[in-house]
Amino acid sequence: MTELSPPGGPFHADVALSVNGEAHSVTVDTRTTLLDLLRETLDLKGAKKGCNHGQCGACTVLVNGVRINSCLSLAVMHDGDAVVTIEGLGLPGNLHPMQAAFLERDAFQCGYCTPGQICSAVGMLAEAADGEPSQVTADLGAPIALTDAEIRERMSGNICRCSAYPQILDAIRDVSGSAL
Amino acid sequence: MRPFTYERATDAASAAKTVSEIPNARFLAGGTNLLDLMKLDIEHPAHLIDISRLPLADIEAADGGLRIGAMASNAAVAADAQVRARYPVLAQAIVAGASGQLRNKARVGGNLMQRTRCAYFYDTTKPCNKRQPGAGCAAIGGLNRAAAIFGQSSACIATHPSDMSVALSVLEAQVETVNAKGVKRTLAIDDLHRLPGDAPHLESNIAADELITAVILPPAPQGRQTYRKARDRASYSGGLASVAAAGTRIALGAVALKAWRASKAEAALAAGASPVEAADAELAQANGAGGNDFKIHLTRRMMTAVIQDMQR
Repeated sequence: MTELSPPGGPFHADVALSVNGEAHSVTVDTRTTLLDLLRETLDLKGAKKGCNHGQCGACTVLVNGVRINSCLSLAVMHDGDAVVTIEGLGLPGNLHPMQAAFLERDAFQCGYCTPGQICSAVGMLAEAADGEPSQVTADLGAPIALTDAEIRERMSGNICRCSAYPQILDAIRDVSGSAL
Repeated sequence: MRPFTYERATDAASAAKTVSEIPNARFLAGGTNLLDLMKLDIEHPAHLIDISRLPLADIEAADGGLRIGAMASNAAVAADAQVRARYPVLAQAIVAGASGQLRNKARVGGNLMQRTRCAYFYDTTKPCNKRQPGAGCAAIGGLNRAAAIFGQSSACIATHPSDMSVALSVLEAQVETVNAKGVKRTLAIDDLHRLPGDAPHLESNIAADELITAVILPPAPQGRQTYRKARDRASYSGGLASVAAAGTRIALGAVALKAWRASKAEAALAAGASPVEAADAELAQANGAGGNDFKIHLTRRMMTAVIQDMQR
C-alpha cells in the first residue's frame, strides 16, 4: 500500500496531474479540494465555489473527460488525472462551441454559474452520446434523443440563481443539434 | 475540515486490514457523501484510505446474472447495456437520484454506505443518536416531514437515502465483501443495513475489518420492472417515498432506515388481494411521527398505482 501521507502526519501529500494540458506537480494539504487546488494554487478562477457541497454545480470541471463537482473531490485523489476547466475548453478568440453558443444565446446574467454550466453541458453531451440514460429516458434500449426534457433533466445539477434556464437550454440545444 | 492523513489502497484485503488497525480510519471511494460530511464536521476521520482505484469497477456477466464491482460509478451501472436490458429497475432507480456530476463520481459501494440526510443528523447544534450515541433524537417531536414510517425506534426515525438499494432489494442482490484476512463472504442486500433499534449509530452489518467488493445480481425475476419516486422537486432531490417493483416483488424507499421490502404486500397479492388491499396489508404496520403522516397516504397511493401498472 502506498503511504502518501502516513498516519501521524505530515498532513500533506504530493500530487501530479495535468490541467488544461499542462503538467503540474504540487504538494498539498490533504484537505485541499480539487476546486481549491485549481483556484488557489493554480490560479484558475473559472471554476467557482458556490455552495461547496455539490449542490449547485458551479465548480463542475471535466476529469478524464467526465464531469464532476470539483468541490467534493480531494486534490490528492487526482494524481495522474487530466483535468479540463472552463479555461481549457477555450479562451477569447478560440472559444469552444458551447462557450460560443452561451454567448450567442445570452445564456447567463451574472455569470457566476456559467463556467460550471458550460463544463457540465460538454460532459453531458458526451454521456448522452454514450447512451447513458436519464430519469426521463422512456426507452432504456434506444439511443438517447436529446429532447428539451432530456437536456433539462441532465442539467439539474447546475443551478442558475438568475434563472437563465431558457437561454441555457437554447444554447445547449444549438450545440447538441450540430455536429460536435 | 479537520486534518487527516491519506493513503491509496492497492488491494482490497490489505485496505480492510489497514482500516481496522488505524484508529478512526475510513474508506474513501467517490467521496461525494463523506467529504461533504467532513466539511460539516459530522464525520472527522483521522486517516483516509482511498479505495477508488482498486480494480473493482468491472461490470460482468456471472452465473446467469451480473457482478457489479463496488468501485463502478453509479453512472456506469445505469449506463451498462446489461443493466438497462435485464435490470431496468436498477438503472431507473440510480438515475432517479443525485445529479449527473454526482453519479459520475459516486461508487456502488459508497452508495450503499452513504449516511442519512436527516436534517438533525446534519445540524450539529441538535442532539442526534447517530452522531452521538445517547444524545437523543431531535427529529422526534421536531420537523420530521422526511422521517421513517417503518422500522423506526424511540432512538431514531431517520431514513436511508439510497434509491439504488431499493432496486437491489427487489432484485434480491447479494453484497460481496472481503475482510482483513482475505476471507470473502456475501450477504443479502436486505441484511446489509440495520434498523435503528437502540443503537442507530450502527448502520450496517459490515464488520470493522470488512470492505464491500461487489454487488451480485442473480438472474432477473420474470415479469416487468419499474421504479417510481415522489419528491419535492422534479429532479435532484431526495425521495419522500419510492416504490421499486420487479415481477411480483415490491420494495419501498425513503420510508425506513433501509430499503423496505414489502413482503406483507407481496404475500397479500399472492393470496389474491387487490392492489389497494396489498398496499394496506403493508401499511398496517406503518407509523407516522406527525410531520410525515402524509407519507403513509402517499406510499399507499404509490404502491397501489405501481401494482396496478405491473398487473396491466
